[in-house]
Amino acid sequence: MADAALPLRAVESGGGLLRRLSDLLVTRPRLMLLVLLGPPLVWLGVVYLGALFALLLQSFFSIDEFSGLVRREFTLRTYGELLQPANLDIIIRTVTMAASVTLASAAIAFPIAYYAARYARGRWKALFYLAVMLPLWSSYLVRVYAWKLILAKEGIVTWIFAELHLTWLLDGILALPVIGGPSLSISYLGTFLVFLYIWLPFMILPIQAALERVPASLIEASGDLGATPRQAFATVILPLALPGVVAGSIFTFSLTLGDYIIPQIVGSSRLFIGQAVYTHQGTAGNIPLAAAFTVVPIVIMGFYLWGARKLGAFNAL
Amino acid sequence: MTLDKAVLDSVEAAQPEAAANPIAVRFQQVARHFGTVRAVDAVDIEIRAGEFFAMLGPSGSGKTTCLRLIAGFEQPDRGHIEIFGEAVEGVPAYRRNVNTVFQDYALFPHMTVLDNVAYALRVRGMARGERHAKARKALALVRLEGYDDRRPVQLSGGQRQRVALARALVGEPKVLLLDEPLGALDLKLREQMQVELKELQRRLGITFVFVTHDQGEALSMSDRLAVFNDGRIVQVGTPEEVYDRPRNRFVAGFVGASNVLEPAVAEALCGRRGLYSLRPERIALVGPGEAAGAEAVAVEGRIDSLQFHGATRRLTVAVPGATLVVMLTAALARPPRVGEVVRLAWPRAALQAMDES
Repeated sequence: MADAALPLRAVESGGGLLRRLSDLLVTRPRLMLLVLLGPPLVWLGVVYLGALFALLLQSFFSIDEFSGLVRREFTLRTYGELLQPANLDIIIRTVTMAASVTLASAAIAFPIAYYAARYARGRWKALFYLAVMLPLWSSYLVRVYAWKLILAKEGIVTWIFAELHLTWLLDGILALPVIGGPSLSISYLGTFLVFLYIWLPFMILPIQAALERVPASLIEASGDLGATPRQAFATVILPLALPGVVAGSIFTFSLTLGDYIIPQIVGSSRLFIGQAVYTHQGTAGNIPLAAAFTVVPIVIMGFYLWGARKLGAFNAL
Repeated sequence: MTLDKAVLDSVEAAQPEAAANPIAVRFQQVARHFGTVRAVDAVDIEIRAGEFFAMLGPSGSGKTTCLRLIAGFEQPDRGHIEIFGEAVEGVPAYRRNVNTVFQDYALFPHMTVLDNVAYALRVRGMARGERHAKARKALALVRLEGYDDRRPVQLSGGQRQRVALARALVGEPKVLLLDEPLGALDLKLREQMQVELKELQRRLGITFVFVTHDQGEALSMSDRLAVFNDGRIVQVGTPEEVYDRPRNRFVAGFVGASNVLEPAVAEALCGRRGLYSLRPERIALVGPGEAAGAEAVAVEGRIDSLQFHGATRRLTVAVPGATLVVMLTAALARPPRVGEVVRLAWPRAALQAMDES
């Protein structure tokens, strides 16, 4: 008798408007795709690309030196100004810093990511994620200021070196030309250390994700075929992890290129690109030059990605 | 003539060594535990040089761990392993002249077919031209030519399998390990590869150690096989020995199908004491008037079920105290029917006594 309650038709019909809508979307995957992708694409197209285009446009304007107003005529004068030695110094300084930070964070992140991907299981894996992500939970500014105190002349680093009777070593490092300075917190070395700390999670996570996708049997196969651990690393592990390294380096490189807070708080008073943009669009009111400075990281990243592609970094994707 | 003589001489020169040490792989009381799991527990094996040796068992029986112990991916917790007379404890995989065909093939996705095959030569520092020439020869050996520049993802399962085989053979290993290499292939391809692998092994004379859970594969390909269960070897022998004389209940059930006659049933039906195995194809249907033969056991039973397999028919027949599986050829003048009462007969020699444990 209970069977009578069940509908015996092969196809259930009817239902409300929502149900008919979901039926429509499920049976027409293209329509569903359009509904899902439409809003984010509009956002990306209008807000992101639009802003980028406006920025590019600004960089081809120039500023009237007498009135301080922006002259809305096409000119390459602003780019000429960008290539003056003082501004070129800023660019070289920033790119060198970004490259050093990227190389150092790749070197530090790889073993950590390798351990997490290959050996850590269960509780240890959770601990790994927590340790990598935990710094991201607190404010970026707080962490940078904390580092200023750590690296200051009266800070804990100086104290540790003194306790270990290694003050001569710290002084020796600080006496190095260019990267040294009166104290770690007022030197390029200090800026470098803080950048390294702040961006490290962005390098570890993509490398870990890439290594996670390398089957253990591939590493065993290379050993089985006679590759020493060093050869296995160079011929199998590194090439397969390279997309992750490149993804991580895109983060560390571009974030360093654009950052204006860390070099302002920790480091010498010489400007980085981000600070130059900040100064020119703010106090100096030179929007075109600020825009031209912003174009620099975009162009550099464009070449960077093109080069990475040429080197085959994305072949394993 | 001179060439032939040189070959003969070299064969003769190689003979004493082979005779003095015909064991390719020797395990003595080898154990490997993972936590509390005894993956391999006190295993003794002697794999002879040049033979096709199958390690057969259900999953988790320790056969793959044994293979990994030979390859060097695992180290034994106890016991002793020798490869061609040399102790290999503490010798890492990359210093053993043993290569593996992996279950998932483990081809390097970022390399072409040719570079995959040439890998073992590349890490030894062989020049590019030479190693590519050798890799092409290895690919010809497994009949996969013209795919040099493809990537593994562009190949079918069967082609990947051939690449994995060529890659493992190119370095001329002393022992080739195959970890369920045919598991991912469809039936037709699997049967074809079984023939090809066997043929390849015969031609190269390399010792093949083949891990499989497929008893048909183990029986049809190997010179000798070891049946694993619960981290131990239950029986070792030629396929005929293992099939015809299963040592215990596990082997009888795992290698082929078998009727296990419990002691009480064996006593009642055949007048013999002990546990016996009776292969289904050894049982025949005899007509009402026919004699069963002098050295035969005859018993009446009712057909419970009937399956048609094309070449054969599988019957289950209820006899006093047991249900017997019977395998008949399908080409019968009068096919049996379910519910019919029939007379079964088998020669006494078909009864195989087994350990009761």
